[in-house]
Amino acid sequence: MLANFIQIFLEIQDKLVKALRETAFMTFTSLVLAIILGIALGLVLYVTNEPLLSKNTPVYQIVGFISNMISSIPFLILMIFFLPLSSVIVGTKIGSKAVIVPLTIAAAAFFGRLAEASFSEVDKGVLEAVLSSGAKKSHVIAKIILPEARISLIKNITVTAITVLGFSAMAGLVGGGGIGDLAYRYGYQRYQKEVMIICIVMLIVLVQIIQTIGNLIVVSLQKRRQG
Amino acid sequence: MSDKNERKDIIRFEKVNVSFRQKRKKVEAVKDVSFSIKEGEIVGIIGSSGAGKSTLLRTINGLQNPTSGEVNVDGQVVGKLKDKDLRLLRSNIGMIFQHFNLINSKDVYSNIEFVLTENGKSKKEAASRIEELLSYVGIEDKKHAFPEQLSGGQKQRVAIARALANNAKILLCDEPTSALDTETTEAVLSLIKKINKELNITTVIITHELDVVKEVCDRVVVMDGGEVVEAGDVYDVFTKPKNEFTETLIQKENKFTIPKNVLENAKGTVIRVEYYNENAERALIAEAIKKFDVKINILHGKIEFIKKKPLGVLYICVDGTDEAKEEALEFIKDNAGRTEVLRYAS
Repeated sequence: MLANFIQIFLEIQDKLVKALRETAFMTFTSLVLAIILGIALGLVLYVTNEPLLSKNTPVYQIVGFISNMISSIPFLILMIFFLPLSSVIVGTKIGSKAVIVPLTIAAAAFFGRLAEASFSEVDKGVLEAVLSSGAKKSHVIAKIILPEARISLIKNITVTAITVLGFSAMAGLVGGGGIGDLAYRYGYQRYQKEVMIICIVMLIVLVQIIQTIGNLIVVSLQKRRQG
Repeated sequence: MSDKNERKDIIRFEKVNVSFRQKRKKVEAVKDVSFSIKEGEIVGIIGSSGAGKSTLLRTINGLQNPTSGEVNVDGQVVGKLKDKDLRLLRSNIGMIFQHFNLINSKDVYSNIEFVLTENGKSKKEAASRIEELLSYVGIEDKKHAFPEQLSGGQKQRVAIARALANNAKILLCDEPTSALDTETTEAVLSLIKKINKELNITTVIITHELDVVKEVCDRVVVMDGGEVVEAGDVYDVFTKPKNEFTETLIQKENKFTIPKNVLENAKGTVIRVEYYNENAERALIAEAIKKFDVKINILHGKIEFIKKKPLGVLYICVDGTDEAKEEALEFIKDNAGRTEVLRYAS
């Protein structure tokens, strides 16, 4: 049994390394972009829903509706739908590169809502205190709200990273490759259940690594605060 | 110091109304409030929770805009200011809170530095000002501590230093001692008093603790259901409340009861006597005993001092012939502040 596993592992080693690379590329690139876009989206939602900043209900509702719309489309469909956009932005409709566009859109909408929640968690009293000192709203957001929300943001980035990893498994469908693709083609279509299990183990390990990194950052930030 | 009556008004509320929409229901938090606060005064605003105290306080620095009416601060109408002018006004108004509201991700130094640099100070100017402020509030040694490492009293001191950073003219205190123990409360209150006296900063304190008002305030404003029901000199309001709500508020504090069996077993007529001002220093009971042929037994009593003026409450039992008793009671009633007969002689 174990010998069998080792043999298959050695056989697909090259493919596995390639798949891992593809998965890492897709997940990392779209995660970075989604963090930037998501924080911007989260800030727009937070600021337009906070009476002490720039409450604007129509803007809040329109932006919120768009973000909800994106989140309600299953990723598989969203990916196919946005592929034409990929050819405009990255110049191709196939491969890992093409998948990054829909992956980023889905992840940004998902993370945007979580970021909004992180900002809303910042103590209202702290906001009142700094605003009442005469500080500029833009400075309050950049220098107070963002740093105060960072622990919660890191936790939500961890959740988003794991979700993006999950989404990236569907990239195989449009030739994006990755571990999910490997599991599908060999494990499912060729009945090689050992490959399937190896892929699953790989994914579990990846999720554990992401979670551990997230936790370590959170702990180090908390420690700083307590001196 | 000039006479308080000659000082100019620094804060003036004119027919201020604030209402919110909460789940389609209109909530009137502040109703038709008009009064003014003079420069250098310490004014307390008391009332039960939900009376609109916090909302009213926040109209002073524009954290809350009135639905109608005007709040005039230092010659400017707060609601009509442009963003830039509002920020300038706010830099002159310090504010402290029940839960301190320090920036947890920054140390004490950076908490104060942010407020200074936001108002045009360079980092270098800020550094010397921070030293000055921290030694003024007595926590120089906590310069690089994070808020989570500080006790409640220390946090409030940092908050006060932050509020004073830009040479505030007005200090707004939102339940400043409600999260502190008795000892720390006293220390923080005396710091507030010291600031008012030395820096001549107009101070507005909202609180539900009557002791805070008795301890530091010159004047008190009583709010109930969004309205100002009574306002005046602290001693006058506490000794002669005109409003029913104020009376119950004060009674809750002053009413210590005597055990039922003491009341029942006492020989004679039991009365509760409140006395204040010059009456409190007069040997009223001794005079009554001397003048009339009665025995007076003190069952229970307490004297407290509001702004160094005494307010006493006594439970006494008057015994003697009906006529003497009548005369003695009449004498006490005429000379004491307020009397209430709890039980007639059986």
